[in-house]
Amino acid sequence: MTFLSKFGLAAALVAGSVTAASAFTACQVTDVGGIDDAGFNQTAWKGLEDVKTSDGIEGRFLESQAETDYAPNINSFIGQCDVIITVGFLMGDATKAAAEANPDQKFSIVDFAYDPTIPNVVGQVYATNQGGFLAGYLAAGMSKTGVLGTFGGINIPPVTDFMDGFVHGANLYNERHGTEVTVLGWNPESKEGLFTGNFESLDDGRAFAQNLYDEGADIVMPVAGPVGLGSAALADELGTDALKIIGVDADQYMTDTEKQHVYLTSVLKRMDATVTQVIKSAMDGSFAGGLVVGTLENDGVGLAPYHAFEDAVPAELKAEIEEIKAGIIDGSITVGG
Amino acid sequence: MSTSIGKRELDETGRKLLERAMRGREEFEDLVIVPIFAVIVALILGALVMLATGVDLETIGRSFVALAKGSFGSINAVSETLTSAIPLVLAGLGLGLGFRAGLFNIGAEGQILMGGLAAAIFAFSFPGLPSFLLIPLALIAGALVGAIYAGIAGVLKAATGAHEVITTIMLNLSSYLILIYMLKRPYVQVAGRSDPVSKSVPPAGELPRLLDWLDPNLRLHAGLFLMLAAVAFVWWVLFRSKIGFAFRASGANPDAARYAGMKSGLIIVAAMASAGALAGLAGAAQVQGVLWRATPGFSAGIGFDAIALALLGRSHPVGILFAGILFGGLEAGGRQMQVDAGVSIDLIGIIQALIIVFIAAPLLVRALFPWGFARAPKGGK
Repeated sequence: MTFLSKFGLAAALVAGSVTAASAFTACQVTDVGGIDDAGFNQTAWKGLEDVKTSDGIEGRFLESQAETDYAPNINSFIGQCDVIITVGFLMGDATKAAAEANPDQKFSIVDFAYDPTIPNVVGQVYATNQGGFLAGYLAAGMSKTGVLGTFGGINIPPVTDFMDGFVHGANLYNERHGTEVTVLGWNPESKEGLFTGNFESLDDGRAFAQNLYDEGADIVMPVAGPVGLGSAALADELGTDALKIIGVDADQYMTDTEKQHVYLTSVLKRMDATVTQVIKSAMDGSFAGGLVVGTLENDGVGLAPYHAFEDAVPAELKAEIEEIKAGIIDGSITVGG
Repeated sequence: MSTSIGKRELDETGRKLLERAMRGREEFEDLVIVPIFAVIVALILGALVMLATGVDLETIGRSFVALAKGSFGSINAVSETLTSAIPLVLAGLGLGLGFRAGLFNIGAEGQILMGGLAAAIFAFSFPGLPSFLLIPLALIAGALVGAIYAGIAGVLKAATGAHEVITTIMLNLSSYLILIYMLKRPYVQVAGRSDPVSKSVPPAGELPRLLDWLDPNLRLHAGLFLMLAAVAFVWWVLFRSKIGFAFRASGANPDAARYAGMKSGLIIVAAMASAGALAGLAGAAQVQGVLWRATPGFSAGIGFDAIALALLGRSHPVGILFAGILFGGLEAGGRQMQVDAGVSIDLIGIIQALIIVFIAAPLLVRALFPWGFARAPKGGK
């Protein structure tokens, strides 16, 4: 009897197997936020999907559930993929180790710059302090309480770059308008601030936003991937007069459709654009190790439309934002930090 | 039926022999046939779940092939399976030992974290030591700290009667925060990083990889031998040593053990400390064999999986070894399922859980497949 069942199982297994086509394959290893985090990982995956649609390549992904998954997940793709994209600063060491052990495999990592560069790895980094700067200026202009808040996932540069820019942007607003808007949650000088310690817990996102709200903040920018969705839920309950959220990574008005009305704007980090660029370079043979930097100038970072707040943001403030953006691009305004 | 006395005695002996054989057969069924059926039922139910979430039949078939291929289908698969099994088995042995002594220790996760942290700190503190000293000493540091950390719960139970389930859960929560606090100390934190990451274990402290001469990506490390030695050692302690007898006696009936003159408080502390030592060893093996440093999430739930593992292995060292290999296989195979078939990792988790549910419920499996098992002997002669 047992034998029969085993045989049946084997037959079912064989029937289900098919040979894989040998198309160009791009693979992505996500961080623990998961592929559907409405932000960080999802944006990078969108870049891959865009090439999938336009050029008919194969795309695969592996979700990391813990830091211990990074190395085995990367290893599972080695030799199976034309280019492996790892998403996240925390995967820096694992990606480096895999790239050095497999010099013929093309890699690209989002949010990590190797110094010195590794010949088979492209690092994708973003001047998110430029986008954060615009958001900080905007928020300072929109705040009624004169208090802004921000918090991060963990204290690493790809997170704190946003927060640096946010604080400096608010400071510039103070300088120009003689206001005293303060930003809670981050001190760009001491590099200390408010961190949830994870990129997963929506409850933390809610609790941290609540704390900032209790301290008077009426606009909060969470920089912690899906954690920010918890903050958006709180803003939804309190009403946007009391609390507005600034999204990060993706245009969260588009990705968090249920709570879209709470987003004043989002600081865009166009990982999709750079991922697409890297995959295409691997396809046409121009792939070379090094760095791709997203800036305001090349649209690698930016500010999302105001969507629900289109009418609420005064025209003068909008004009100022445009002027500052141009100033950052031509170098006449420095974003500090 | 009237027969001679001799014949009746013969019948009696024959019946006893038959009974013993039956018992052997039942054990065989529990250990071999039940798991096979459990896997089949779990796969069928898993397929139904996948169908319900809109996965088509072809993808389901492909994902099952991937599960088999990814767990035992290649040298890389076997290497990954065993690599995952090492910390699970070590921690599971500790928990099983505790269960035998009647202690339901939930604290392996925290003990793994503390043990792994200690091993990392020890290893980078003495980078000058040669491998043959540094590897075992760092492992011992991990085991020792794990034992002390678990010993806290043991002492609390022995001295005040505080229930170990509560105290070990609380110690788990404390351990996460202690770990992050420690990782931020300048002495521990790696230079140039602001996030909590420890310095790296020096190469002399790394458990050597066993198969890197075949392929540098094969991660199987010398922790394998540690795991096998621990299985043998725990078996010896439990079933051949005096302290093991005391563990089992106080687990089976604490009152009887106390009346027999065993010091129950001492046994509780010793059992908790041994369990903690094994969990700490699991953490040390993970840090020295796979990760080479400590980070906030490095235990990755191993301590909780190990509870299921110890229960599945019926708290027997050999059972735990096989359960660990099964868990390791599910982990490695699950990864392959995701790669080959693009099945969501959450669905893979469901299938893994179903397999465990059915293996843990042999009576359910027997009820579902009565024809797969020898009929239970009817009453009477």
